[in-house]
Amino acid sequence: MVASTGNSLFAVEWLLLIFLIVCAVFVSCARDLLNAVVIFMSYSLIMAVIWVLLQAPDLAITEAAVGAGVTSLLFFLALRRVDRIGHSQEKKEEHHD
Amino acid sequence: MIEKLTSLFKGFRDWVEGNGPRPENEGMPPEAPPPLPFTLKPPTAHSARFHELTIRERRRLWLESYGGDLFSSLYVGIGILACVLFVFVLLAAVAELPPFGDPGNPANNEVVQRYVERGGRETGAQNIVAGMILDYRAFDTFGESVVLFTAAVCVLMLLSTVADDSSSRTAPCRFVQNSGLTALKPVQNSGLTALKPVQNSGLTALKPVQRDDAILRGVASLSIPIILLLGCAVVVEGHLSPGGGFSGGAILSAGLILCANAYGFDRVHRVFSERTFVRSSSGALLAYAVMKGWSFFSGANHIESGIPTGKVGNILSGGLILPLNICVGLVVAGTLYSFYALFSEGEI
Amino acid sequence: MLGRLILNHYEAAAIILSGIGLATLLFHRNLIKKILGLNIMDSACFLFLAAKGYVARRAAPILLPASEGRWVAHAGAYVNPIPAGLVLTGIVVSVSVTAFALALTLRFYKHYGTLDIDAAFTRTRGTEPEEEASPDPATEKMRERLEQEGLL
Repeated sequence: MVASTGNSLFAVEWLLLIFLIVCAVFVSCARDLLNAVVIFMSYSLIMAVIWVLLQAPDLAITEAAVGAGVTSLLFFLALRRVDRIGHSQEKKEEHHD
Repeated sequence: MIEKLTSLFKGFRDWVEGNGPRPENEGMPPEAPPPLPFTLKPPTAHSARFHELTIRERRRLWLESYGGDLFSSLYVGIGILACVLFVFVLLAAVAELPPFGDPGNPANNEVVQRYVERGGRETGAQNIVAGMILDYRAFDTFGESVVLFTAAVCVLMLLSTVADDSSSRTAPCRFVQNSGLTALKPVQNSGLTALKPVQNSGLTALKPVQRDDAILRGVASLSIPIILLLGCAVVVEGHLSPGGGFSGGAILSAGLILCANAYGFDRVHRVFSERTFVRSSSGALLAYAVMKGWSFFSGANHIESGIPTGKVGNILSGGLILPLNICVGLVVAGTLYSFYALFSEGEI
Repeated sequence: MLGRLILNHYEAAAIILSGIGLATLLFHRNLIKKILGLNIMDSACFLFLAAKGYVARRAAPILLPASEGRWVAHAGAYVNPIPAGLVLTGIVVSVSVTAFALALTLRFYKHYGTLDIDAAFTRTRGTEPEEEASPDPATEKMRERLEQEGLL
């Protein structure tokens, strides 16, 4: 494994960090909770890429499996438990009719 | 300029949201404002003989008509102030930190040097992080596994539906009801009626998910073996390559979750039931404690523990790291799968 | 200050992220939003720690082979492994905290029928039977007095 030179990935680093902040803002601003959770999932995936850039592959694997996978899954299940997802689907179906 | 930016932001947000604005509390039942003991007009100085009220009464009157607004606006103001202060103080501190990525950073001290230069020889692990968290700092990892297991037990206590449906499922309650202990009945009944509407709505929401899905089953039959094998490989090779018990356990639990989604929970129950979960997790924790306790008891700082470290880079190397990784992987896989099962079904 | 912040861009981003998380935690009434904000703060902490351990132009902390049966084992070749170990611990603990908080939230929803904290608290205040049946004497007295004066 070759050490990253830093300079060649400079633009990628900045882009990922800006994505990260934009995702966090939209998690906070999203009015639909389902959207917020989906955006949080993408936030975790971007975080996993950042761990690779920071030369921490252990963290990247764990974050991709745990942060993007299991945590988001738990949020989805909790939303299903409080009927949030079912409601929005019904509303959309009514809208199409 | 600012108006343009805010309208741009609003447009982007609407685009992210999918369609037009939706209220924040969608899906919640509509809320009535809290009923006050009596309705009040806001007090004005012009109303007759207002000045004859005592100061205390005036304060009370004012607080009851304006207190909620005052509190919320005060809360928002102090909250914004706290957030802005928090960010600015910490940013000022970050500006004073040594530059990012500098080798002379004070974080790169003699501890790191010791771990890197002698870690391979002392622990026998090629992955220095694994050697660190499972050898030098193994008690920390043990505590963390216990935290995970405790969280699973707490979620089991909070979400288990077995305790709620006392009339239909659990034998002891039925026995009590039949034996004519009528004193218990009213309490149970009132509890059940209070819980029922919510439970029913939850159950109807759950039902359509358990349908026959040919595509999901086809994809799952192909990918579940690969996912489970990958999880095992990540656990077993934790001391050679990135990964280890935590990530491998999470991948294993993802395979189990996919299996439960595609083929239903009954299929998973054959290999992984609540009994298996409790036995494997507590057994793995006990094995971890015994192994690491022996290693600490017989010579903590690699003096003489009698455990061969093996040759760095071989699969059978790293002393206790491989069995400890397997223990942690078992605990993590069981815990994360049981989180899923408890959140979706209410039982493991 | 801005120049130093650009130099330390990972740390600055981590601070901004934790600020966003704190704002989410403070200003949203919805409990699931609050848990999301807590998660954002968590990962911001992890980003800060891991950024402190990074050293430019060095490899991940996995021993590299030097020659037959020998490994590169001098500290100048690898990034700092300690933050990675700490953050690994933290990620797993944050998952268990999230699961526990979500379980508590579901119990909250079961009890109050809403995820909104304010609505839940006003609801309990509104339905307490003692308050409606017998208001305290001071309120009653003031009510009579206000009725006399035409304020009510």
